[in-house]
Amino acid sequence: MLTYIVRRLLRLVPTLFVISILTFIIIQLPPGDFFDSLQAQLAESESHADQQSFDALRAQYHLDEPLWKQYLYWIGGCLQGDFGYSFEWRRPVADLIAERLGLTFIMALGSLLFMWAVAIPIGIYSARHRLSWGDYTLTFVAFIGLCVPNFVIALIAMYASVFWFGGSAGGLFSQEYKYAAWSLARLWDLLRHLWIPVVVIGAAGTATMMRLMRTSMLDVLDRPYITTARAKGLAERWVVYKYAVRVAINPMISIMGLQIPELVSGSIIVAIVLGLPTTGPLFYRALETQDMYLAGSFLMLLAVLLLLGNLLADILLALVDPRIRLE
Amino acid sequence: MSEGRHTEGGDPQAGLATAGQWQLAWIKFRQNRVALVAGVVLALMYAMTLFGGFLAPYEPDHRFGRRAYVPPQGLHLFSPDGFEGRPFVFGLTTHSEASSGRTLYTHDVDKRYPLRLFHRGDPHSFLGIETDLHLFGIDAEGQDGMFLFGTDRQGRDLLSRILYGARISLTIGLLGVTISVVLGAVLGVTSGYFGGWVDELMQRTVEMLRAFPQIPLWMALSAAIPPDIDQITSYFMITLILSLLGWTSLARIVRGKVLSLRAEEFVMAAQLMGASHKRVIFRHLIPGVMGEIIVVATIAVPSMILAESALSFLNLGIRPPMTSWGVLLQDGRQLTTLYFHQWLLLPAAFIVVVVLCFNFLGDAFRDAADPYTE
Repeated sequence: MLTYIVRRLLRLVPTLFVISILTFIIIQLPPGDFFDSLQAQLAESESHADQQSFDALRAQYHLDEPLWKQYLYWIGGCLQGDFGYSFEWRRPVADLIAERLGLTFIMALGSLLFMWAVAIPIGIYSARHRLSWGDYTLTFVAFIGLCVPNFVIALIAMYASVFWFGGSAGGLFSQEYKYAAWSLARLWDLLRHLWIPVVVIGAAGTATMMRLMRTSMLDVLDRPYITTARAKGLAERWVVYKYAVRVAINPMISIMGLQIPELVSGSIIVAIVLGLPTTGPLFYRALETQDMYLAGSFLMLLAVLLLLGNLLADILLALVDPRIRLE
Repeated sequence: MSEGRHTEGGDPQAGLATAGQWQLAWIKFRQNRVALVAGVVLALMYAMTLFGGFLAPYEPDHRFGRRAYVPPQGLHLFSPDGFEGRPFVFGLTTHSEASSGRTLYTHDVDKRYPLRLFHRGDPHSFLGIETDLHLFGIDAEGQDGMFLFGTDRQGRDLLSRILYGARISLTIGLLGVTISVVLGAVLGVTSGYFGGWVDELMQRTVEMLRAFPQIPLWMALSAAIPPDIDQITSYFMITLILSLLGWTSLARIVRGKVLSLRAEEFVMAAQLMGASHKRVIFRHLIPGVMGEIIVVATIAVPSMILAESALSFLNLGIRPPMTSWGVLLQDGRQLTTLYFHQWLLLPAAFIVVVVLCFNFLGDAFRDAADPYTE
């Protein structure tokens, strides 16, 4: 197992190298750079923008050098934990991302919990009562959940929260707690706001997972060992929860490794609509202003997360299912 | 959705035992009523993209300067004078609400505009022919018009804009999937059939591309599209971006299937009889993986439609003056705007219906593609 993990991790190195090059190319694609748009903005507002200071700034961030050199500066920094400098925020990228990463993960974990809490019981119910009215209704609702764009769900949830329940319009904190230090009151405030993004982000995933669980459960319920268990006269509850669910849930545990990176990148659009203080809106803004190191580092971070998630999924599957051997 | 299927028991079709794979698939598909309905709805929707200009009462950029944010108008049959004989819409009178300064609209019961079929209105191009014929419209005076879905901030008819938006929203998914199917099928078959370094190269490429998270990559690439290029080019660029990752999953599935088919006796027999690679691939392998390709393609279309709408909503995809359903939804982004003008979310209903239908169809195809299992 350990050698397997080490080998997989070693294989990630060349992959990451190519990904970093691709990422760098992608963030370099837009014509011009941050200072061009800044210069244009300044010119529009008729303030004095002299070419010299911009050239000096470009030189300071190596923007005047050939691309491959710029890449080397960036990747060299990344390896030492320096992800570059955000032009717009005038702060190191690492600080900016780190500051928002905590809340991003809290949100992703919250959505994950929500998905599990809803999808698994419903999946089990649907499989046990297949083709009943309850099953039809639940699968249909899940189907609808898959078909509504998540930004529309976000809009509707925000609408409902504000105009029906008198709650908040997006965000994760009320005004008075926005910049306050962590305290129990602030935590409570966070929890009160958190449910909207958690439900919205989890909606599509819940639907998918419910269907997966149902299929997996149906597959297991048809197995001979379940028939044997029933024939021995075991209580139905025991057969279902101890014998069927235990095996049917394996794929769900395995995909958990992939769900976290998916939730982090899947939440971007929802976070933008809801105006959450997470990494998504930061990325969006960085793309708009060509704040390239910020955008590039975040993209890179997500790719790393996805690769690790893949590995985690394989490890988890081997852990929960002893029939699977990793080589 | 196999569970949504209304099984009618065994089909009493004669010759079932000798039916070919596609016949069996069709028989199985036909039993799925939900999917049949979904197919018809989709066919109508795509017909809508062809006949959009004819169906829409107005041109998408026809501005009614003093008719901003008109709520959806109903078609009426009865007026205070009783039954009118044919559907009509009322004219509108405006007055502004003192507290908010918003313009409110009330029916002007004295003005009734009967609905006219084959009405002559805004000029548009229909299948290459310049015409001003519309399926329906009204002969209205002044600023009045027929706004069955209401109007937006600039007084443009939302129904017309949705019909025009369908052109982009519906075709982008289909075109994107076509690109990924061709790429995925060609590369998947090649690497599965020939193996060796070709296979290795493709596997590594797929692995690399799949390491990128989809949504952020789409966002980053769309942000890189220069804003000043012409509409057609940016449309194709967005389509390409959407299919950039899509082909990878298809290539994987096709490759796996080809690998297993290659080991089958009928392929070996064909090879031993001296069939060329071309013949083996097109005669024996492609038909074998066609079912999978169709299923994956059908399921990929809705996710592309959803992606386009999300990107356009964020102003990263299709940009005005082009119209797509995502662009239309941008108008509802502000909560206060949405509070007074809920009809701005109507384009979302179209997205949901289309995506739902594609998913139903995809599920039915999945069941039908494997006609030998019950």
